Amino acid sequence: MTATLERPSVPVKKTRPITPARIALHVFLVLTCLMTLAPLLWAVYASLRTYEDTSVNGYFSIAKSLTFENFAKAWEIGDLPHFYWNTFLITVPALVITLLLSSMVAFGVSRFSFKFNIALLMLFTAGNLLPQQVIVTPLWRLYRLIELPAWMSESESLIDSPLGVILIHIAFQMGFCTFVLSNYMKTIPYELTEAARVDGASVFRQYWQLTLPLCRPVLAALATLEFTWIYNDFLWALVLIQDGDKMPVTSALQNLKGTFFTDNNLIAAGSLLVALPTLVVFFVLQRQFVGGLTLGSTKG
Amino acid sequence: MTALQEKPKAVTPSGSPPRRRGKRATALAGTDKLVLALMLGIPAFVHLLFVWIPALGSVALSFSRWNGIGGFEDIEWIGVGNYVEIFSEYPRFWPAVQHNLIWLLFLLIVPTSVGLLLAVLLDRELRFSRIYQSALYMPMVLSLALVGFIWQLIYTPDGGLLNSVLGLDKPVDWIGDSDINLYAVMVAAAWRHTGYIMLLYLAGLKSVDPALKEAASLDGASASQTFFRVTFPVMKPVNIVVAVVTVIEALRAFDIVYVINKGRNGLELLSVLVTDNIIGEASRIGRGSAVAVILLTISLGVIIPYLYQVFSKENRT
Repeated sequence: MTATLERPSVPVKKTRPITPARIALHVFLVLTCLMTLAPLLWAVYASLRTYEDTSVNGYFSIAKSLTFENFAKAWEIGDLPHFYWNTFLITVPALVITLLLSSMVAFGVSRFSFKFNIALLMLFTAGNLLPQQVIVTPLWRLYRLIELPAWMSESESLIDSPLGVILIHIAFQMGFCTFVLSNYMKTIPYELTEAARVDGASVFRQYWQLTLPLCRPVLAALATLEFTWIYNDFLWALVLIQDGDKMPVTSALQNLKGTFFTDNNLIAAGSLLVALPTLVVFFVLQRQFVGGLTLGSTKG
Repeated sequence: MTALQEKPKAVTPSGSPPRRRGKRATALAGTDKLVLALMLGIPAFVHLLFVWIPALGSVALSFSRWNGIGGFEDIEWIGVGNYVEIFSEYPRFWPAVQHNLIWLLFLLIVPTSVGLLLAVLLDRELRFSRIYQSALYMPMVLSLALVGFIWQLIYTPDGGLLNSVLGLDKPVDWIGDSDINLYAVMVAAAWRHTGYIMLLYLAGLKSVDPALKEAASLDGASASQTFFRVTFPVMKPVNIVVAVVTVIEALRAFDIVYVINKGRNGLELLSVLVTDNIIGEASRIGRGSAVAVILLTISLGVIIPYLYQVFSKENRT
């Protein structure tokens, strides 16, 4: 981040003298980073070893051989593809609809002046900050009350249905996205939409064809963040889905633990497989990830 | 990304450009009004129905006795009975309050100071800065449930990393011993939280006007004086965000203790007491809701000042 922001202004030629303080700083940072990565590296190391090896020599030993067998086993025994698919069915619609709805609200409150603008924004922002447990009990009961036709939900209600989890993700995550998007849209010059309006563009065109394309960078940042947040959700699915088979992968971990018995190598491999999508997103889209979180906080 | 960072910044110091209020809304055509009403109305309806109505529902149910399975006619209204019971008899309540408080203090002290220190160290021209940042941010993308799994591999008494490194004669059961397991779990939670705090402070430090620091050092302030007397106070908005994020995070803490031992044996938290009524053994909706209301009250205690500080600026323009 620093690099991108400052590169143009820094003359390349300048070489800094290597002082002891600099070296100490680097040593300290390298050690801190290694300590931060240690738990993950330890899990990777455990996952690459065989059960026979670790049960004889213990985990704190030099591996005799390394193998990917645990990953294949965890994949199969844990039925991971099935649970990844469940997650996919929840994450993608929730993500798309959250961004769509919150960009609409953000457009409304940032482009037009209503008396309730700030009240509405405050409501969304506050809603997103509530601890989930404040909502979860009545929500669970409400979901059992709402009946759905069988083609929408096998359980014929919102409980035990991916649809219910999608809905609460949308309702809950909308707060953060609306907050960030409305802050961003306020920085887009008014003259733009004004000119479009004078030219006879409808409100929807001003939103869809003019404002949204300008918001692409924020939308990308939010999409990255929301993907990890929705993927990482544990509580909503745990409570709102009762059939273990329908759970998304993060919540299903709990059951996988039972399936893997006490084979820590398998648990390590399974955990890493579950972490993989978010880690990939982090490595590929780190700028968006960091940018989104920064945007959520710079206001104020 | 440059654009991402700089746009909001450009607005913050001087307030948003002057706008003429009221004019636009009145000039809308009929269909536009309808479209706009739908664009605001549908999301607001979804948000209210699934977030705020259940939140109010918790308040209402906290005055009732109900098993949650039967119909609404089975609800028995008992006034503040649940609260009385929680404060005086419910054996798991006070330990949970204590654990939540320890959790909060720990998060406020350890990840915040470490995150701030790292942000200060990284907020300069430094080789490999990006690599350091990536490594420190990485735990942030893992779910707390997963953090619980990964740290169990470190804490297990048989062949866990920690006992092996310490080389004690008698292995410590970091997770099974109810005297220490809370601290062990908090370290794992802090591991994930620190990167986030660092990110917030890094952004905050970048937004501090360099001229301020320059002026301070011209006046003869030392580096630490400049930081504590100038930079840190100027970052007040970031400090508030950090405080809010940390309090909310401490109140929400659930996943990690649930995957470790379902929030028992030294790991009781308020959030566990609430969820136990729907997915655990207990089925006392009223009592669980009363605990939820306590959570709600504490969280509103930080949410409202936060909203005030964020939105009061806009009211003035």
